[in-house]
Amino acid sequence: MAIFIQQLCNGLALGLVYALVAVGYSLVFGILRLINFSHGAVYAFGAHAAFFFVGLNFGPVPAIIAALVITGLLGVVIDKTALAPLRKKRSVPIAALVTTLGISNIIQNLLVVKFGSQRKPFPDFFNLGAFTLGGIQFSSRQFVMFGVSLVLLLLLLLVVNKTKIGLAMRATAQNAKAASLMGINVNSIITLTFLMGGASAAIAGGMVGGYYQVVYPGMGFMIGLKAFAASVLGGIGSLPGALVGGLLVGVIESIAALYIGSNYRDSMAFIILIVVLIVRPAGLFGKNEVVKV
Amino acid sequence: MLLKITGLNAFYDNVHALKNIDLTIEKGEIVSLIGSNGAGKTSTLSCITGLVAARSGRIVYKDRDITNFPAHKIVGLGISLSPEGREVFPGLTVEENLRLGMYAKGGRKESAPYARVYELFPRLKERNQQIAGTLSGGEQQMLAIARALMSEPELLLLDEPSLGLAPNLVLLIFELIKEISKQGVTILLVEQNANMALLVSNRAYVLETGRVALSGESGSLLNDENIKKAYLGNVS
Repeated sequence: MAIFIQQLCNGLALGLVYALVAVGYSLVFGILRLINFSHGAVYAFGAHAAFFFVGLNFGPVPAIIAALVITGLLGVVIDKTALAPLRKKRSVPIAALVTTLGISNIIQNLLVVKFGSQRKPFPDFFNLGAFTLGGIQFSSRQFVMFGVSLVLLLLLLLVVNKTKIGLAMRATAQNAKAASLMGINVNSIITLTFLMGGASAAIAGGMVGGYYQVVYPGMGFMIGLKAFAASVLGGIGSLPGALVGGLLVGVIESIAALYIGSNYRDSMAFIILIVVLIVRPAGLFGKNEVVKV
Repeated sequence: MLLKITGLNAFYDNVHALKNIDLTIEKGEIVSLIGSNGAGKTSTLSCITGLVAARSGRIVYKDRDITNFPAHKIVGLGISLSPEGREVFPGLTVEENLRLGMYAKGGRKESAPYARVYELFPRLKERNQQIAGTLSGGEQQMLAIARALMSEPELLLLDEPSLGLAPNLVLLIFELIKEISKQGVTILLVEQNANMALLVSNRAYVLETGRVALSGESGSLLNDENIKKAYLGNVS
């Protein structure tokens, strides 16, 4: 029982990090109907940026903030240099999709060039020590990761659902042409979306770096795919969906690691993905929009 | 003169959609733009609102050249479009749709625009928390017009407001157009329902394959034999 609860906490903490990455997929998909497969590499970039700034003796929190800013900007640069020109030429959607795969490779290789391909130790910066509760030992890292992710996700939900700019984002996601008629600068909204996606990936990357105390250029590959699975599970384009999807993937894989064996851990997200696509293609929170004529 | 279009040409790839369109609108008028499918009515509105680029020609609004202004800057100038096919935000509530209508007015929270559109469209007030996608077609049309009014435009562009509506609703929409006009809004009305459009408007332009084929007082066009044959369908 103790180990079950430990695994559950582990799953919840990891799940919220998946959610933090998953919102990046959902935000971009919501606005552009594009699955941004460079997002995993952006996450790895964020972790390395945090690693870099920690190395400059920034201290952990300022390092994460610096990483957040620079990674958010990376997201914007990706859009402005590679994706925006495709939109302007009204190219087929698959072109943008393949472009994001290419960008993913470019980012990963740049990370190898700058930092080397080996695993590098990352400081254990948010470990407040272990503690015992009801006879079960917990690591405080999980709780910090869970708390920070939850606050950020709620903040994001608040911005999207309660602010003027959030309303503009939702309007743009539903009908970009009508949004521009309302006076919304659609290009700025797209820029903001990439900025938010990049920044949340950077925070996730920095925290996972601290959690496992390691960073390496390929670290975004698996989590990127898992977060993608999580966003599809929740209903891609939906932020609450990304949150719930991330939590489910995190918890299910942790529990599966316990009962089925840790070798199957990484496959759980994809088993979930396949089942969702068959049973409920729109995802948990996704809906087929009503169009009246 | 509120709006003056001279020698406007626009293309969709290689298709020449608008050919030397000349059009003027005086303050306070209702001007209708009629013609069959593909005549260039919607394209004209799209050029005014910056959704489609003009290749040549000039669009001048209140002595200001607004040719090829980006779409999101048009509404702030006082020109607002209720687009063809309504284009409401289907997943947002009626109230959110209306709030977006005054997005360009900055952060000010004003109640006057709401009061005005709720008076014109009481149905929208009843349903202000309903998701727009679940409204009936007629209600969505009202929402599209109401949303366009939220920015308190001087020039309101209405694209096919009667399309797909039941006859009694068509009459209601045209009554509302007259009412909006009485409130001092200048209106450019695009319609396939030429009969109704000519009845409600002061002047009209008839478009044919991207050209202005005819223009004049609505009353005289209504009695023009050629117009009757081509658009009104009630040859007497």
